[in-house]
Amino acid sequence: MPLSTVWVHAENAGDKPKTISLENISKAREIAGNVEAWYSGPNAEAFAAELGKYGVSKVYAVDCGDSLPSIPLASAMKAEIDKGNAPDLIMFASTYDSRDVLGRLTVGLDRAAITNGSDVIVDGDTVKVGEAIFGGSQIVNTEFRTEKPYLAMFRPKSFEASPGGEKSAEVVAVDAPEKGKVTITARHEEERSGPQLEDAKIVVSGGRGLGEAGKYEMIESLAKLLGAAPGASRAIVDAGWVPYSYQVGQTGKVVKPDIYIAAGISGATQHMVGMKGSKNIIAVNKDADAPIFTIADLGIVGDVHKVLPALIEALKSR
Amino acid sequence: MNVVVCVKQIPDPAIPGQLDPQTHFMKREGKLILDDSDAYGVEMALQLCTAAGGGEVTLVSMAPNNETSGLRTALAMGAAKAILVSDDSLAGSDALSTAKVLAKAIERAGEYDLVLAATESTDGYTGFVPEAIAALLGLPSVTFAKSINIEGGTVHVQRQTEAGYDEVTSPLPAVVSVTAGVVEPRYPSFKGIMAAKNKPVDTLTVSDLGLSGVGGAAAGQEITAVDPAPARQAGEIVTDEGEGHLKIVQFLETQKVI
Ligand SMILES: Cc1cc2nc3c(=O)[nH]c(=O)nc-3n(C[C@H](O)[C@H](O)[C@H](O)COP(=O)(O)OP(=O)(O)OC[C@H]3O[C@@H](n4cnc5c(N)ncnc54)[C@H](O)[C@@H]3O)c2cc1C
Ligand SMILES: Nc1ncnc2c1ncn2[C@@H]1O[C@H](COP(=O)(O)O)[C@@H](O)[C@H]1O
Repeated sequence: MPLSTVWVHAENAGDKPKTISLENISKAREIAGNVEAWYSGPNAEAFAAELGKYGVSKVYAVDCGDSLPSIPLASAMKAEIDKGNAPDLIMFASTYDSRDVLGRLTVGLDRAAITNGSDVIVDGDTVKVGEAIFGGSQIVNTEFRTEKPYLAMFRPKSFEASPGGEKSAEVVAVDAPEKGKVTITARHEEERSGPQLEDAKIVVSGGRGLGEAGKYEMIESLAKLLGAAPGASRAIVDAGWVPYSYQVGQTGKVVKPDIYIAAGISGATQHMVGMKGSKNIIAVNKDADAPIFTIADLGIVGDVHKVLPALIEALKSR
Repeated sequence: MNVVVCVKQIPDPAIPGQLDPQTHFMKREGKLILDDSDAYGVEMALQLCTAAGGGEVTLVSMAPNNETSGLRTALAMGAAKAILVSDDSLAGSDALSTAKVLAKAIERAGEYDLVLAATESTDGYTGFVPEAIAALLGLPSVTFAKSINIEGGTVHVQRQTEAGYDEVTSPLPAVVSVTAGVVEPRYPSFKGIMAAKNKPVDTLTVSDLGLSGVGGAAAGQEITAVDPAPARQAGEIVTDEGEGHLKIVQFLETQKVI
């Protein structure tokens, strides 16, 4: 039996819904008769029109002003639940803001949450969340032992985002009982050209094996030639070679491109969880025993300083 | 300026993790080490105290078997004292339980201006323990800090976002979680290591904290199945002898992307 109502915490990126929000909504539509969303960004009407295309019937819009959303959103959700309007399940995303909202709500409701989910299974009266652990080598299923609404957080790319609805969602403005005291005073956006890392069909990532910051240029040239997005391991993000927004992995972005090229990356479990779902993986590493080769469809044991320049030349001359 | 830092002690991440086949709890036997992620919080706390011209760093940790090796590392870096909660009943705690235990322990740390944690632990990585601690203590919180500045009673944070970063301010006391790479954690000096041996570690149980309804028995979730993930087909591995790049070109051609 499907669930009756599922809430999804939905966010925007620029003026569009985030891909992960659409992924969670698409899954919610599959397991529940009614999908409603919670939103705290600007232009709720336009946002609701977009979500409607994915089958959302109602958008609860909370005005957070300049506050970080965790306290206002969690307090508004709790107030709605306390009024008796509770869903069966609330889906959060492992994004910066969504997990904070969940952190506040788990305390507000005094109810545990399941995190890092990559699947949700409704089996009669029980709801289970699937999660990949130990670098994605094992899948565990976890059942809720709490009352409804169940609280769960999902990682990006767990579900396919697919439209399914033509009506715009109704917008309901909800007041936040608590606003919180944390204020955003300025926003800074890093310039990035080319395809978005999360959505690119091809991703070319570099790691510490590049040797020095200047050599990341090879990754950028290669990415440009292939129409790919450049990515990175955490080692070179921490070293300051590239901004954090390039990072692929557990604490970075999850990517699932058709082709992932890893150059000078060892393949630590925390990196692999972010790219293991790629359709094809090509790795270049001088160490034949590097773990990345265990998941590579094509592995080149060699020096990035030789293989990449030759590859760039070969592609240029086509 | 007094800072409390949450530090998790974890099994060596280089050794593959295991679940207990019976309980499905994460195995945490043997020696534990300071989670790398928390070394940044400890360093940040020490730097903030120095910048403020004084104050103490207190560590708070929940770990099995009265484990202190990770705490000793952080004490050797320069923290003044530690509170450790260790209790058999805490095996299998969910993140909410963990936050309840840590929040209670923080209440015993004396006057503080700031609580620091990492954005996520290496072995658990639920990433909401710091926010939940703040909610339990009734404090504001800022997650994903990549820089922290204190001026009077206010903390200014550069908070990581998908697109770049936000400038965020919060009144103190507050809970702030820091990302890796914010600062360069110092290596404990020999003198620091020797001094750490005599620094106080207050070891408490759940009943010392006056808590109930926490730990494995109270967990709001239960692992009901564990299966190996579908393995990837092993691919072709070739050694580059000047032709490696051609292999890649060929592969890209077969995939019809060039
Ligand atoms: C809580 C936590 C979260 C983390 N999250 C992430 C994450 O999101 N993403 C992430 O990537 N990491 C993450 N990490 C870090 C991760 O554990 C690794 O440290 C990191 O991925 C290593 O990056 P790397 O492969 O570039 O560097 P290394 O592990 O140092 O590997 C460099 C590789 O380059 C090869 N090499 C060297 N020279 C050459 C050459 N000339 N030609 C070819 N190959 C060469 C070497 O053989 C080696 O395999 C996390 C760690 C923790 C504790
Ligand atoms: N058992 C613990 N002891 C001390 N600190 C912890 C513990 N669990 C979590 N934390 C803190 O909370 C952060 C986030 O943890 P998590 O929510 O498990 O990803 C960690 O990096 C620590 O700073």
